[in-house]
Amino acid sequence: MKKLIVAALMVGALAGSVAALSVFPIDKAEILAGAKFDFKVELSGVQDESGVTLTINGKTADKVLGKKPTYITEDLGKAGQGSAYLLRDVVLKTPGTYKVEVADSVGNVKSVTWTVYAPAAKPVAKNIIFLLADGYSVGTRTAARLLAKGNTEGTSNGLLAIDQMDRTGMVGTSSVDAITVDSANSMSAYMTGYKTSINALGVYADRTPDPFDDPRQETLAELIKRTTKKSVGIVSDAELEDATPAAVVSHTRLRDEKAAIVGMLLAAKPEVLLGGGSAYFLPKSVAGSKRKDETNYIDLFQKAGYELATSATELQAAAAKNPKNLLGLFHPSNMDGYLDRKILKANTVSQFPDQPDLTDMTRVALAVLSKNKDGFFLMVEAGLVDKFEHPMDWERAVYDAIMYDKVVAIAQEFAKKNPDTIIVAVGDHTHSISVFGTVDDSKPGTSMRDKVGTYAAAGFPNYVDADNDGFPDSPDVSKRLAVGWGNHPDYWETFKPKLDGTFAPTVQNEKKQYVANDKYKSDSAVLIQGNLSYSDATEVHSVDDMVLNMSGPGSDQVKGYQENTAVFKYLVKALGLKP
Amino acid sequence: MSRFFAALGVVLFIVGLTPAFATDSIAFGEFYHQSVLGIKLTPKLVGLVGKQVTVVGFMAPPLRATGNFFVLTRQPVSLCPFCNTDADWPADILVVYLKDDQTFSQRNRPLAVTGRLEIGSYTDPGTGFVSQVRLVGSHYEDQ
Repeated sequence: MKKLIVAALMVGALAGSVAALSVFPIDKAEILAGAKFDFKVELSGVQDESGVTLTINGKTADKVLGKKPTYITEDLGKAGQGSAYLLRDVVLKTPGTYKVEVADSVGNVKSVTWTVYAPAAKPVAKNIIFLLADGYSVGTRTAARLLAKGNTEGTSNGLLAIDQMDRTGMVGTSSVDAITVDSANSMSAYMTGYKTSINALGVYADRTPDPFDDPRQETLAELIKRTTKKSVGIVSDAELEDATPAAVVSHTRLRDEKAAIVGMLLAAKPEVLLGGGSAYFLPKSVAGSKRKDETNYIDLFQKAGYELATSATELQAAAAKNPKNLLGLFHPSNMDGYLDRKILKANTVSQFPDQPDLTDMTRVALAVLSKNKDGFFLMVEAGLVDKFEHPMDWERAVYDAIMYDKVVAIAQEFAKKNPDTIIVAVGDHTHSISVFGTVDDSKPGTSMRDKVGTYAAAGFPNYVDADNDGFPDSPDVSKRLAVGWGNHPDYWETFKPKLDGTFAPTVQNEKKQYVANDKYKSDSAVLIQGNLSYSDATEVHSVDDMVLNMSGPGSDQVKGYQENTAVFKYLVKALGLKP
Repeated sequence: MSRFFAALGVVLFIVGLTPAFATDSIAFGEFYHQSVLGIKLTPKLVGLVGKQVTVVGFMAPPLRATGNFFVLTRQPVSLCPFCNTDADWPADILVVYLKDDQTFSQRNRPLAVTGRLEIGSYTDPGTGFVSQVRLVGSHYEDQ
C-alpha cells in the first residue's frame, strides 16, 4: 500500500513537471524541411542558465538549429516570471526525427519529438484554389442540397458542385488547448501545418501577455511568396481581418487584433484582396473607423499599387483595367448575405445596395491571378455561413452555403481548363446544425410544434425555384425544413424564417446572463431551454469531424481521417514547395 | 378656433407628461448615410444637434456594470467572442451618457432614451470607446 502511494506521488510529480516546462513547436509537430519557425522553451520560475540543459538529438541546440537560442532570464508571463530560450526563424533542412530534451535546475524535465518531412521531389500542381465555407457542417450541406436541388422519392434531384469533388475524407479539428476549435486556429492549422490554441493565428500561444511576440510559424502564402513567383489572393464575404482570411498571412495570439492584422495584410502584399471590413482600413478621425490610430490603410494600399473598388460596379471596372494588385472593400463590416441582398432586402442592404456576390469576387480574383504564368494560391472564404449559424438563422446560412457551392463550381470550371490546379473545398469547424424533418403550416394545432413532421410524416418541403437560379425564390414557404441545433442558449423557436433581419436569439440580463429575446415570443413559438452556459450568447462550434473534399493533382493524398494540419502538407507537396 | 387650439394644447399637455413631448425624435435608420469609405451624418441628425432628442433602441451589454455610459443599438446586440468582438459594434450606434451614474439592469425590451444630441469624435476616458454621435445628460424609460 505504501509502495502504491509513493508510486502515485511520483506520477503526480511527473505530471507536475510536464506542466512546468513548455517547448514550442510542441510534441508531434510535423515540420516541412526548410520552412521557418520560431523555437521557444519556457522554464518554470527565474533560473540561472548554468543549471539548464537543452539538447536536440543529444547535441547542443546551436549545433542543430544553426544558432544558439537567446536565454531570457526574465520572460514575463501571465502567472509570474520565468526564464526562457528563444530563437526566431529557425530552419531545419534535414528530414528526420528531432528529439528536444530540456532539464532545468529544479528537477523539471521535458522531451518533445518533431518530425521534419522532405518536400516532394517535383510539383504536380501549379495553382491552389482553397475554398472554405466557415462552419460548413454536414447539416449545412444537406440543407443546401435539399433547398438548391430538391429531392424526389428519396433521391436528390441533382448534386451540389462539392458533391462532385474527387476525394472525401474526415478532418479532426481539435486545438492545443481544447477539444474545441475556433476559426482562427482551425484555419491556422490548414495554413501552417501546426496545431495551435484557440484565437491564435500563425503562432503558438506562449505565456506572455503580448499578443504579437508568440512563437511564429511560416504560412503557406508566406512560403509561396518567399520561394516562388506565384501570386496570392484572399477573398471573403466577411471582414478581411476576420480569422479565416487573416490566417493566410497573419501572426498573432489574438484574432481580435484586427487593426494590426490590416498592417499584416499590407506587409504580405497579396495580389488580390476582396471582402468586407473597410472600417479597420480608415483612420480614427473618419466617422465609421474602428481604428484607434490615424493610419490610413486605403492610402497605403493605393500607394503600394493597388487598384481600389468599393462596389460590385467598381469591381468590374477595376477588373477591366487589368490590375496587377487589386483591393476590393465592399462593406465596413461583414458583407450582407445572399438572402438579404437578393430576396429580403433586410439588414444593411439599403445602405450598401451594390455588394458583389462571392461568385463575382471569385471570378475577378481568378482573372487577375491566372495572368501569372507561374501560378497562384487563391483562398476564398464563405464566411457568412458561420456568421448566420451562430445565431441559428439557418435559412441565411444555407442560402450562403448555396452561394459557396457556386464558387466551388467556378473553381471546377477553371480546373477543367487548367488541369494543373488542385482544389480544396472544406469547412474549418462544424456547427451543431441538423435537419430532422419538415414544418408544415397546413397541419392543425396552435403551437408550431404541432406542425413539425418527422419520419413518414415529414414528406418533402415545397420550396420553389421558378427562375431556376439554384436558390429557392423564397425561404418562406408553407412546408419548410425543420432544422435544430445540438447546442444552444435559451431562445424562442418560431419555426419560421426571420424575414426582417438576422435572428437575435438572446439578450443579456443584469446578471450578465444571456436569456431568450422576447422579441420572438408568441403564442405559437416554443421556448427552448438552453444547454449552454448562460455566458454563451449564441450557438457554438461543435467538435464533430469536418468533411474534407479535394480534386485535382495531389488530391489523392486525402485519407479517411486526418488532422486538419495534414491539409498544409498535402498542398506544399502538391506544389512541390522546396524552401 | 382658439378654443380648438386650447383643447389641442390640453391634449398635448397630457401627452406631454411623457418625456417625448418636449423633444424631437429620430430613428436609427435616419442617423447616417453609410459608405465603405466612412459614414456621413444625415441633415436631419445634424439639424438636431444641441436639442433634446428621443431615440428608441436596445441597451447593448454595458462595458461597465456601473457608470453613466452605455451604447444604444437598433437591434439587440449579443456579443460572442467567436462571432463578434467588442470592436464589432454595428455601424449605427448611439452612445448614451446619463445624468448620473447607475448600476445597469438589462431589460429585455426597447428603451426610449432622451438627452441632448452631440456629434463629433469623442473618446470615452473610462473605456477608450470612440463615438461620433451621443446623447448627453440623458434619462431613459422602457418602451
